[in-house]
Amino acid sequence: MATLSLVLIGFLDVQNGNQYTESRYPDSLFLSFKLGKKLMNGTSSHKGWIEFIDTQGGMTITSRGDWVIEGLRDVDRKLEQLVHKTRKVPVQWDVSGVERVDSAGMMLFIRYYDLLVLNNCTLEIIGAKGEFDKMYRLLRQYVAGPPAVGAALSSRLLRLLHELGKGFVSFFMDMVAFLSFLGENFIILLLALRHPLSIRYGAIVKNIEEAGVRAMPIIALTSFLIGVVIAYQGAVQLEKFGAHIFIVDMISISVTRELAPLITAIVVAGRTGSSYTAQLGVMKITEEIDAMRTMGFDPLHFLVLPRIVALMIVMPLMIFFADMVGILAGMFISNIHLHLSYGEFLRRLQVALEVKHVWIGIFKGPFFAWLIAAVACFRGFEVSKSTESIGRYTAISVVNAIFLVIACDALFSVLFTELHI
Amino acid sequence: MSEPVITVTNVVTRFGPNLIHDHISLTVGQAEIYGLLGGSGAGKSTLMREMVMLLLPQEGEITILGTALSTISRADAAALRRQWGVLFQGGALYSSLTVAENIGITLKEYTDLSANLIGDIVAMKINMVGLPAQAAELYPAELSGGMVKRVSLARALAMDPQLLFLDEPTSGLDPVGAEAFDHLILKLRDLLGLTVVMVTHDLDSIWTIVDRFAVLGDQQVVAEGTLAEVRKNSHPIVQDFFGGARGRIRSLGAVTK
Repeated sequence: MATLSLVLIGFLDVQNGNQYTESRYPDSLFLSFKLGKKLMNGTSSHKGWIEFIDTQGGMTITSRGDWVIEGLRDVDRKLEQLVHKTRKVPVQWDVSGVERVDSAGMMLFIRYYDLLVLNNCTLEIIGAKGEFDKMYRLLRQYVAGPPAVGAALSSRLLRLLHELGKGFVSFFMDMVAFLSFLGENFIILLLALRHPLSIRYGAIVKNIEEAGVRAMPIIALTSFLIGVVIAYQGAVQLEKFGAHIFIVDMISISVTRELAPLITAIVVAGRTGSSYTAQLGVMKITEEIDAMRTMGFDPLHFLVLPRIVALMIVMPLMIFFADMVGILAGMFISNIHLHLSYGEFLRRLQVALEVKHVWIGIFKGPFFAWLIAAVACFRGFEVSKSTESIGRYTAISVVNAIFLVIACDALFSVLFTELHI
Repeated sequence: MSEPVITVTNVVTRFGPNLIHDHISLTVGQAEIYGLLGGSGAGKSTLMREMVMLLLPQEGEITILGTALSTISRADAAALRRQWGVLFQGGALYSSLTVAENIGITLKEYTDLSANLIGDIVAMKINMVGLPAQAAELYPAELSGGMVKRVSLARALAMDPQLLFLDEPTSGLDPVGAEAFDHLILKLRDLLGLTVVMVTHDLDSIWTIVDRFAVLGDQQVVAEGTLAEVRKNSHPIVQDFFGGARGRIRSLGAVTK
């Protein structure tokens, strides 16, 4: 991994070298950000300044200095405190000492002017000079509502409830949308079956290759390792009882019935499900899907159906492949660790492994495939115009798919046990 | 003309073997709306990228607000970046932030103003560029093309810059929207005393709001000056630009007016 990233960095460097002088200025957002802050505190020699004097039956506010963006923090804080305790008093606000003013400074003035007025104070402005007055007139026309005030504690608590409710409603709406997506797909499937020639066989075959054939190495590796793990864990326990031969039962039944389908489904969800979501998401962003709709190509028929069908066809085959590799791995480990010969292992396997276990494992395949492909395509269509949402929905798609697969597997376990299969 | 805000002197730009600018020079004055014109690939946007320090020219010097860009220090660069606002052609809004956050980001990062005051300033800027107040909570993906341009302008104006760089501000807008946008820029210039540099090939903008402009072509500045001055220029590129059907209609209108 490290070497790979080094090579990559080298490659990028070469690219940059060829690319003349892109961004060779003293740059980096972070640095300029830090400098910016420091710079600002340094330059404001005439900081904004304010003073309050209580007079008989009223108050005088005197402001001086530069009311510009750099040095308003103190003024803001002082006025904030003042506004909280000033109600129903006549206020004289002397602004004649203000030298420079920019829109931030003027907004500060307008904000506290309005807040004082809201507090039923009568205000009198003294000494508004040319620039101050001009800026005031300019900005006043664009100030829309009353000034923003930070939320109180009670409304923060309410916001928590609000978020909770919103989250639940959006979860519910999500479910409804997913179900209607599934329904729509079923209708498309029925229509496709009525006109078998319209089915995109080429796309199905291509997806089988992409999702199935190309996934064989990783499926082989993971199921081999699962076989090794089961064999080792089992061997240690069974050795204590001297029941060496039962390692065959343990490996063959657990792998074929539960582990191979589950591991295959999880690998496929991570590998193929994420790529489905990303593919459809990008097509959505580049408006390819809209273009298809305007040309009368139903994206569900052209994009979603082939993917779902392809995965449903290829998943059982992959599970069977994983079964074989897993048992093979178990056979090796039994031979090495328990000195069980291959002949003995295979003879025991014929007795121990009823064919129904293999069938049950394979039977789960299409269901898992359907869940993974449907949820991946559904999330792909949910991608909105922003690039960020591709990443978000791809992650959601994989998490959803893995959850649904495990939930479905649990359901099958209960079902088959109750049916005594 | 008063003290120039931007001077470009003998700038040479090459992209590999392609020569883009061959010793070009121009000046932009105080509180001026300055247009950069030229056909596609004439290097207008490249020149603007050089002015905002995204690109370093191979030769020549660009001076902005009295600071030479080729020898600028980190601190000066940081200070200079706070003096200008840039509107990119595609808006370049941060897609993970709302409109209000996009506009307020420089205020939040660079100043120590309170969140309430920033909220007020942002609301005022949103209103100033002619957007409805409800737009504040939207994400860039939910905006129309015209709204994106307006938000981008509001973001460029957030820190009260002296200088505004606009890269094709009216491209992709309908004629009515484009005209409104032009008037907005004109109004802001008059009110805030901004100096505006805009890349454009919108003939209407050139006629209505641009004070002076430069026409780029053949790796050179083929003409520079006010509209009346440039139209007298007999260079073929200038003549093609104003002699085409679109240009002629405008000229006739100008004469009969």
